[in-house]
Amino acid sequence: MKFGVVVFPGSNCDQDCFYVIKDVLRKPVKYIWHKDTNLDGLDCIILPGGFSYGDYLRTGSIARFSPVMKPITEFAKNGGTVIGICNGFQILLEAGLLPGVMLRNRDLNFICRYVYIKTENNRTRFTNLYNAGQILKIPIAHNEGNYYIDPAGLKELRDNNQIVFRYCSATGEVIDQYNPNGALDNIAGIINRKGNVLGLMPHPERSAEKELGSEDGYFIFQSIIKWLNRKRTW
Amino acid sequence: MLKAEINITLKRTVADPQGLTIKHALESLGYKDLGDVRIGKLLVIKLNLKDKKRAEQEIDQMCKKLLANPIIEDYRFKIEKE
Repeated sequence: MKFGVVVFPGSNCDQDCFYVIKDVLRKPVKYIWHKDTNLDGLDCIILPGGFSYGDYLRTGSIARFSPVMKPITEFAKNGGTVIGICNGFQILLEAGLLPGVMLRNRDLNFICRYVYIKTENNRTRFTNLYNAGQILKIPIAHNEGNYYIDPAGLKELRDNNQIVFRYCSATGEVIDQYNPNGALDNIAGIINRKGNVLGLMPHPERSAEKELGSEDGYFIFQSIIKWLNRKRTW
Repeated sequence: MLKAEINITLKRTVADPQGLTIKHALESLGYKDLGDVRIGKLLVIKLNLKDKKRAEQEIDQMCKKLLANPIIEDYRFKIEKE
């Protein structure tokens, strides 16, 4: 099994993702430059955080037209595993691989701190090692994490169990007080209908080792590995 | 040569925290007769085209494909001779 970490001009969490896969999970991983279009042999694509193209126009709006996004869209449509973290999530939204859009944080501040999120759906290839409702401590670092979708879209997300993570308190209360950025319905992460594309604002790659304050994010990557392994033996 | 000026604003139904913050700042300066304040983007694009109809079609496509996000933004534009 092999992971690929996409590098856009302005990505800045690519090395953290690479490090976690290579040195913490000890799995093969390679960088994919945004002009590359060859995804041969890759089982999971990671779109890392950062400020691709300086966040010009709208976050993710330029990156989504990078040459690499064409094969990634193909890969995703064929059921390939794709995870977008922070700016990677924003790119997936702009690319239409996930529904909705990001607005500026409601208080207009860049927020960089730990938050708690609740695992609302643990029956995905990204969350199968969490318990239902498990509360995770994972940092966020963004200026545009205020998730928005129209009422019909929100209903669809709810009806299909596509809301994977919601911002919550340390004890799991999902209320506005613990919503850091104004995201609709406290949404921190969603999955596509098919279940193979996840986008989330919190940074699991920054919380994959105890020494860094939390290893709650580690199990997202480990879940993917478990799922990919299982798939092989089927 | 033609010049297109494109205005992109958040839809009425979408909250605009920047606009709201500016409104509060204006009120603190003593401007009390304010309604809504909305902020947007202005793009100026020059086109090596003579045909205004074609320019309109192209700009409209550009807005749909890249410049505006139809989920949250409205756009309008005017095209003039440079």
